[in-house]
Amino acid sequence: MRGVAASPGIAIGKSVLKMEEALLADEREISPDEVDGELERLREGLEKAVEELKELQEETEKKLGKEEAEIFGAHQMLVQDPEMVKTIEEGIKKDKKNAEKALEEAVEQYASLMAGLEDEYMQAREADIRDVGSRVLRILKGKSDEQADLPPDSVIIARDLTPSDTARLDKERVVAFVTADGSRTSHSAIMARSLGIPAVVGLGRDFLKDVDDGAKVIVDGNEGEVFLNPSEEKLKEYRERLEEFEQEKKRLAQFKDVKAVTRDGEEIEVAGNIGNIFDVEPLLEQGGEGIGLFRTEFLYMDREDLPGEEEQFEAYKEVAQAMGDYPVIIRTLDIGGDKDLPYLELPQEMNPFLGYRAIRLCLDQPEIFKPQLRAILRASHYGNIKLMYPMIATLEEVKEANRLLAEIEKELEEEGIPFDGEMEKGIMIEVPGAVMIADALAGEVDFFSIGTNDLIQYTMAVDRGNERIAHLHSPYHPGVLKLIKETIEAGHRNDIWVGMCGEAAGDELLLPFLLGAGLDEFSMSAGSVLRIKELLGFWTREEAKEITEKALELGTAEEVEKFLKNNKKTEK
Amino acid sequence: MLEKEVTIKNETGLHARPATLFVKKASSFSADIEITKDDKTVNAKSIMGVMSLGAGKGSKVKLKAEGDDEQEAIEALVELIDQGLSEQEGG
Repeated sequence: MRGVAASPGIAIGKSVLKMEEALLADEREISPDEVDGELERLREGLEKAVEELKELQEETEKKLGKEEAEIFGAHQMLVQDPEMVKTIEEGIKKDKKNAEKALEEAVEQYASLMAGLEDEYMQAREADIRDVGSRVLRILKGKSDEQADLPPDSVIIARDLTPSDTARLDKERVVAFVTADGSRTSHSAIMARSLGIPAVVGLGRDFLKDVDDGAKVIVDGNEGEVFLNPSEEKLKEYRERLEEFEQEKKRLAQFKDVKAVTRDGEEIEVAGNIGNIFDVEPLLEQGGEGIGLFRTEFLYMDREDLPGEEEQFEAYKEVAQAMGDYPVIIRTLDIGGDKDLPYLELPQEMNPFLGYRAIRLCLDQPEIFKPQLRAILRASHYGNIKLMYPMIATLEEVKEANRLLAEIEKELEEEGIPFDGEMEKGIMIEVPGAVMIADALAGEVDFFSIGTNDLIQYTMAVDRGNERIAHLHSPYHPGVLKLIKETIEAGHRNDIWVGMCGEAAGDELLLPFLLGAGLDEFSMSAGSVLRIKELLGFWTREEAKEITEKALELGTAEEVEKFLKNNKKTEK
Repeated sequence: MLEKEVTIKNETGLHARPATLFVKKASSFSADIEITKDDKTVNAKSIMGVMSLGAGKGSKVKLKAEGDDEQEAIEALVELIDQGLSEQEGG
């Protein structure tokens, strides 16, 4: 079965259905004399749930910080919600149901009520209500909140993993996650990557019906595939792959603490893309020499209002300090398109990717933009921070953003708050129109970073989320390659450096092309860093230039891909 | 019994975190408190009730309290809404 590859790696283990799926209330009709006893049991169960949640909140606050822990504060309110408690009590008193069944029905009623509301934020509360409901149900059934009884090599299978689950996960015993819901950016996917466990998400709910507890499962987090009760043949294949994977890991480990250099000794910067502080450790483990893209959206997502300046400052500072002297490129808010912030209540658009998003939104709403710029500037005092504006299409946008930044620098100076006055400023190159005026744009900034995902989307006029035309979203299209080459040349003509922070920067086939085109910095997901460092050592810039020139003479993406495959290097 | 009408002023409306603050404040009083928008009335101490009202910016809501501390309850909740349901002290 195929889902979304949410966290790389391969695991072979035994399925453990998460309790929510396995735990169903028994239904029992109670006699009138039992009513008081059931009400008492319910009251005790709810109290116990509040206690557990308080503990969990404290623990999580220590481990992950206040912001992450807040969810359990919200859960406490849900458990104590007088309306829901009343509904459960009525189920016991009037309908003569046992506490478990009355609870289950009330939870179902409120969860579907929330799911049916128009507001996206409220819809998301459905999961919280169910999480809370499972907790109380478990308590009523007399089970503890420990996962100690998990067998080794457990593959956790669930509809979705809630914060309560991931906060308690035993990394010694869990080898992979598989969930029916979710996307690459859902809570469970992000946690899996931070913990370094393979995960496949978004398999669809029908999948859950086919799984038995304790079944053999193969999880391929690289390809997004899950095999239930695999054949001996499949098992053999995957045991071999797992073996290869482990060996490759060992081989690549030698590149962890060395700088990326070409065969003739030129140093190249290989950096990583991150979303929050939890991605920093895995990136350093994987030999990342900087952060080429810090997506700040995660600070703004899954919450109910804008993060304030102080909160952002702390988040940026923490990352900058964790990275020491390594550069950290912070991209300002890139919201809109497929990333919505419900609380901004932005109107629906016909073409969100061509719409009110990223720098356009930020320049239009300086009350959102300015606190972020202030926070980044303040944090620049504590590390090697660089600032980057997303989705620049015009010269005016850069000038206006820089004007705001200068204004804030002046404010900070007057307030006596320290910041790095020499902080580099750059822009993302994602719009073909920007490539055409790259010489002019270069005059306003210190670097370019090519965002290939959007650059391809805008160059090829292809919605990257649309599966039916996904084949057109190719980095090998000669039109895309020419734009990349032109961007790098324009940067160098104007004495600024040029990096790349899209998926293509970690593309093994494309590597010689990019090196030959003159790219100065490669930034990718942590999982690709070591491999790219290894590959860079196979080439010299001169050899790579030939590849670049020849590739640019070809007419189709297919020809380019074939050419790159035929000219792959597997050794120095 | 005391009643008072008030207009929601903050951007987010009575959703999410502002709703949480509102319910926490309401729960700190012993009086029974109800909140009404249009013709829907819910328990002001129920987070799910309050969120399901869908009271956005500019909505007019009616607060009704009955009990020993009804006076304080109404005053505190109106003040909270007037201040834009922010986490500032006194709110």
